[in-house]
Amino acid sequence: MNKRYTISVFTENFIGILSRITLIFTRRGINIDGFTASESREEGIYRISIVVTTSEEQIIQLSKQIEKIIDVIKAFYYLDDEMVFQEIALYKIPIDSIDSGLEKVIRQHNARIISAEKDFVVIEMTGHKEETQELLEVLKDFNVLEFVRSGRVAVAKPMETIDKYL
Amino acid sequence: MNDSQIRGAEIVIKSLVAENARYIFGYPGGAIMPVYDALYDYMDQIQHILTRHEQGAIHAAQGYARVSGQVGVCMATSGPGATNLITGIADALIDSTPLVCITGQVVSPLLGTDAFQETDVVGISMPGTKWNIQVRKVEDIAPAIAKGFHIARSGRPGPVLIDITKDAQIALGEFNYVPCLNIRSYRPYPKVEDHIIEKAAALISQAERPYVLFGQGVILGNAEKALHAFLDKTGIPAACTLLGTGALPESHPNFVGKLGMHGNYGPNLLTNQCDVLIAIGMRFDDRVTGDVKRYAKQAKVIHLELDPAEIDKNVKCELAVLGDCKVSLEKLTEKVEKGNHSEWIMKFRELEAEERRVVVGNDLSPTKVGLTMGEVIRHINEFKADDAILVTDVGQHQMVAWRYFEYKTTRTQVTSGGLGTMGFALPAALGAQLHDYNRQVVCVVGDGGIQMTIQELGTIMQTKAPVKVVLLNNNFLGMVRQWQQLFFDKRYSFTELDNPDFIKIAEAYNFKVQKVDERTDLRQAVAEMFVHEGPYFLEVVVEKEDNVFPMIATGSSVEEVRLS
Repeated sequence: MNKRYTISVFTENFIGILSRITLIFTRRGINIDGFTASESREEGIYRISIVVTTSEEQIIQLSKQIEKIIDVIKAFYYLDDEMVFQEIALYKIPIDSIDSGLEKVIRQHNARIISAEKDFVVIEMTGHKEETQELLEVLKDFNVLEFVRSGRVAVAKPMETIDKYL
Repeated sequence: MNDSQIRGAEIVIKSLVAENARYIFGYPGGAIMPVYDALYDYMDQIQHILTRHEQGAIHAAQGYARVSGQVGVCMATSGPGATNLITGIADALIDSTPLVCITGQVVSPLLGTDAFQETDVVGISMPGTKWNIQVRKVEDIAPAIAKGFHIARSGRPGPVLIDITKDAQIALGEFNYVPCLNIRSYRPYPKVEDHIIEKAAALISQAERPYVLFGQGVILGNAEKALHAFLDKTGIPAACTLLGTGALPESHPNFVGKLGMHGNYGPNLLTNQCDVLIAIGMRFDDRVTGDVKRYAKQAKVIHLELDPAEIDKNVKCELAVLGDCKVSLEKLTEKVEKGNHSEWIMKFRELEAEERRVVVGNDLSPTKVGLTMGEVIRHINEFKADDAILVTDVGQHQMVAWRYFEYKTTRTQVTSGGLGTMGFALPAALGAQLHDYNRQVVCVVGDGGIQMTIQELGTIMQTKAPVKVVLLNNNFLGMVRQWQQLFFDKRYSFTELDNPDFIKIAEAYNFKVQKVDERTDLRQAVAEMFVHEGPYFLEVVVEKEDNVFPMIATGSSVEEVRLS
């Protein structure tokens, strides 16, 4: 049965590492739903979060294939309920759509306006995909000019850390 | 400028010398010219073999690596030189062959500009290499080569590519070679866990019909003696994969034969009757398992394997014994109970007799008019030395030679297993021969495959490597034709070849030659070939439409192996 998993990959800072990782998904024909990369707590070690929907068998194989890459230190995989995660979404709304209804929507969804320009405002919301998607649906009445959602940033609930692999 | 500084190109050569590389198999060109220039001063410390094509260079490096156990080194220029290495790189990855490939690259300011002979070889070779890197600075050359050798040879071996820009080759830098012994993110040898060994030993000791399948991991891990000792104590029957062949002498009383699509009857069939399957250094390739859904379902599988990614990849195992199989086998041998499975082995022997009656007799001692590939191998066995190396290409001749060649020692089998690369044999045989001029190297090759790399006859001529080329000529792409006969209603679509006069070609390359198309001449011709000291080319015209059996058709189960 397919479920949504996040693979958390710790890597050295090595040119080409992202290509090597994504090739593993390409080869097996698995679509990447979300992808983020940043430096981890340890200086020089990068943490990549990859969200995929697949079977447990596949996720185990994928993780092992990723870990086989020389410059990958460790790859963990988690189900959604084993992680605390967020995504950020930005919505660009034309200034002439603004009315009192918008204020209510922003309050209800715990969103905020982070920029107000002459022609538009930018609303920001962080949350799970379902939540930012819901806000998008509501904002469609306000003529969304642009919408963008980040990949997932996530920390694991299990207490295991990367330290013991260094 | 400091007096102690040398050019990057010289650092490349000094690094290879520091790694004790004996040969560079290569081909020069624009972007690698500084390295070739530096090489000119080091010809007394490292030998360069100029092949006739970069694909020939890399297959020769593979042949050398497979026989010697050392890292094979090859070198090419940028662009087409580099892309011509790709087939060999893919081949070396799937067959776990340690290689370091060094390619020249355009000067770094021109990278990404579609400069002359620029290609993104790091990108192209990424899925085919164990590791690769582009070096753009002189100070990074030696560390990259050190890391490359360590990665290529350690753990599960594989090919590494190091792409060096021409400006880095020309720039001056210090040479201070530090071998690479450890990489933080790379753990090539998982520790063998004692509690897993205990469990495995218990499973094996309790088994009624245990069965060992061994692969190339035994050879790569230098575990031949450990396997021998394990089998001696347990009395378990053992079969080999294509690349595992030779790890155990075929005369060993527990050796029951070969696995796979054209392997032996009993070893395939009885896979579905064992109760504990002990897989050692093999990866359950689809050519071994047939339909994996009907493969050894009744058995508890114990998998001794170095590469964690192989565990449960194709066949789910009951117990994974991760780690170096030499260590695991030694520990297991200590823990298992002494056993005797002679009744179970008898079952293999019964099926072996049936295979001999239906298949082997006709192959080795045919009564029909046309010559068979099998009888050629029979005569090779008659005259070859015990430690002769057999190098084969891909197709019918490969399977027949593998089935009938008598392997007596380890590292005597060189073939393209996983990738099935036609054109592999001739250059690989050259590489194998260069490891030891005094060993017999027999290159058995088909009329299709030889024409893919036939230009390497020139390299054999130049090196005077005394390779014995045995061309089994049926004027067909025989294996494809066999499939067309069996599965495509004999629609022989583009498999028949109008061939050149191979003898004239070989003669032009200074080979001693002989052509045989009558049975009465065959034995004498093979005998003469082995007596001749230099390169030899023997063409045997064989039956045009012969088939290789036994066979497990694609999608069939191992128990559906056919004898005809």
